[in-house]
Amino acid sequence: MLEIKNLHVSIEEKKIIKGLDLSINKGEVHALMGPNGSGKSTLSYVLSGKDKYEINDGTIDYNGKNLLELDVDERANEGLFLAFQYPMEIPGVQTSFFLKTAINSKRKYLGQSEMDALEFAKLMKSKAEELNISTEMLKRDLNVNYSGGEKKKQEILQMSMLSPKMAILDETDSGLDIDALRIVSEGVNKLRNNDNSFLVITHYQRLLNYIKPDFVHIIADGKIVKSGDYSLALELEEKGYEEISQTA
Amino acid sequence: MAATEQTIKQVNTLGSSDYKYGFSTEVDEIRPPKGLNEEIIKFISAQKDEPEWMLEWRLNAFKVFNKLPKPQWAKLNIPEIDYQDCYYYSIPKSLKDKPKSLDEIDPEILKTYEKLGIPLKEQKMLSGIAVDAVFDSVSVATTYKKQLSDLGIVFCSISEAVKTHPELVKKYLGSVIPVSDHSFAALNSAVFTDGSFIYIPEGVRCPVELSTYFRINAMNTGQFERTLIIADKDSYVSYLEGCTAPMRDENQLHAANVELVALDNAEIKYSTVQNWYPGDKEGKGGIYNFVTKRGACRGKNSKISWTQVETGSAITWKYPSCILQGDNSKGEFYSVAITNNMQQADTGTKMIHIGKNTSSKIISKGISAGKANNTYRGLVNILSKAKNARNFTQCDSLLIGNQCGAHTVPYIESSNSDSMVEHEATTSKINEDQLFYCQQRGLNSEDAVGLIVNGFCKEVLQHLPMEFAVEAQKLVAISLEGSVG
Ligand SMILES: Nc1ncnc2c1ncn2[C@@H]1O[C@H](COP(=O)(O)OP(=O)(O)OP(=O)(O)O)[C@@H](O)[C@H]1O
Ligand SMILES: [Mg+2]
Repeated sequence: MLEIKNLHVSIEEKKIIKGLDLSINKGEVHALMGPNGSGKSTLSYVLSGKDKYEINDGTIDYNGKNLLELDVDERANEGLFLAFQYPMEIPGVQTSFFLKTAINSKRKYLGQSEMDALEFAKLMKSKAEELNISTEMLKRDLNVNYSGGEKKKQEILQMSMLSPKMAILDETDSGLDIDALRIVSEGVNKLRNNDNSFLVITHYQRLLNYIKPDFVHIIADGKIVKSGDYSLALELEEKGYEEISQTA
Repeated sequence: MAATEQTIKQVNTLGSSDYKYGFSTEVDEIRPPKGLNEEIIKFISAQKDEPEWMLEWRLNAFKVFNKLPKPQWAKLNIPEIDYQDCYYYSIPKSLKDKPKSLDEIDPEILKTYEKLGIPLKEQKMLSGIAVDAVFDSVSVATTYKKQLSDLGIVFCSISEAVKTHPELVKKYLGSVIPVSDHSFAALNSAVFTDGSFIYIPEGVRCPVELSTYFRINAMNTGQFERTLIIADKDSYVSYLEGCTAPMRDENQLHAANVELVALDNAEIKYSTVQNWYPGDKEGKGGIYNFVTKRGACRGKNSKISWTQVETGSAITWKYPSCILQGDNSKGEFYSVAITNNMQQADTGTKMIHIGKNTSSKIISKGISAGKANNTYRGLVNILSKAKNARNFTQCDSLLIGNQCGAHTVPYIESSNSDSMVEHEATTSKINEDQLFYCQQRGLNSEDAVGLIVNGFCKEVLQHLPMEFAVEAQKLVAISLEGSVG
């Protein structure tokens, strides 16, 4: 699915990612943990193609394609999804309309016809219900005046409607209350299958109780310093980054 | 299907060029020589078979025009207009003898309107919208006439109204925009060719949208539109106008005078989607759109609401205004002005509060891209008798790229201490993070800009009649094509 080799990234001359390797296969869930400022969000932006980041070295292969050559929207329509750490507000654009536009953009890219209005309404309703998002909410402008947790849920709604192949969740759990955390995790688990993959960025082992990762990676100062299975998250919880990084 | 959606679909198939309405129609024209003089005015009047009083009115306006200086206040770069190098009248030969029915109209002209999504033939007529189609200097046809006249509503071309309803025309023409107002107003009064006339009788709520579709076809020809709408006591009308022109390398002039009169408790809702040819990316060609639009809320509790979406024209110069004479009368102005490439727009409104408890609301959204310049210019004037007058103004500007400009010039004059005037203004650049977010959801960069800009304009667009809203949204996106990436 995704193969990152020796990735070096800088922004405004500042080196942020310094030789990162990561390989994610179909059907796998990888957790990425690391201290503030270690480069997690930067990695998610580089993967989704945000500009201003300079790729100094390395390669990223995505399903046999050179990911770095694709435009932002091409990557998205090829199934790469980023649940933002800080989702954007778009005033004047109804959430439901945004969802429809996103779905139809993908269908257009894939050479399919627009989704029938009724079919769309049904899909949105069922997915929103699963996530305990009210229809009222969907009529409001996208993310405008949404609470922090509501924005995160909205990201997961978009993800489940677009059913991506490779989803990156950047601290989706931060800001969610206990119930919402469970509901969102169930949403993610429901989407999991043998064909798609997840990269879950989090600070809290608690999320990984719900979304069981196949691998856990620890990133520090722009490099993956340790990888392991779920137990690494437990160990980290106990020892903290400092000690773990030293034993790496 | 909504008329306008149809318009978009049809015109989208017309060609690969950015401006989707740029085709021209091959017709034989009647066209007197270039130049502006009394002879031309007499010619126009004679062509239209006008009564003597109308010709005199025109000739008087021409005298006034000759004395007035060109307006100087707009922040526009207007090349000197050579009034002698322009045709003032052009009509397709086939329309000379006023076709009695659509069967007598040149099929090429009918086809033009069909291509534009405005079918005029009975079987295909747009439901819920009565259309007056103006081709260069003449009205081609007006639909739904019979149904409207059963209600006592008059909806016809102004040329026709001069003959059929002279008492109304004499009473109201020039009563809102005096001939001497400024040079374009005087010029229009002298050489106006066609436009619509509407009269809604007392107590009647017009059941359909009334609409005029203006099309400039002939080369080097100015279009001098004149529209007059009168809503008698307790009546209501919603009117829409649409405009397109072929792509031509020379600039062409559209100078319109539009007058609205609302009597006691009457309401007029006037919407415009202006999509004249804007010129090419280097600024070659395009329409000069110099428009005077003014409404008088003469009666108590009357209301006039202007909604405009201005996406076309090389230069737009236009300030739809309200004179709030009647006590408790209301004026509203909702505007989206988009300028891309080399386009210039200087637009805004004037709200003149005269009566007691009058209120006005101004919402202006200016979007600039490319090397374009966009100015909001507004005046809120509260006279001493206008006790308790209220105004709320909000002007937001959005910039796309680094080479465009946005300017806000609000004038407020208040001679009344009871009145309340609120003004808010913002200028921002299109947010890169929002664009990235949309693109991450699969929208290409143009769709992303279209979506964000439409969101920015929503407060205005939602005031358009439904049939127009869809077209306007697409137009907003189309007119910004090529502005990013
Ligand atoms: N535009 C920028 N200019 C300069 N430095 C930047 C820029 N963007 C990010 N950085 C820096 O890059 C580093 C990595 O940031 P990043 O957002 O990737 O961290 P993170 O691992 O996601 O942290 P957190 O856990 O706090 O979300 C930080 O030191 C940050 O300050
Ligand atoms: Mg982060």
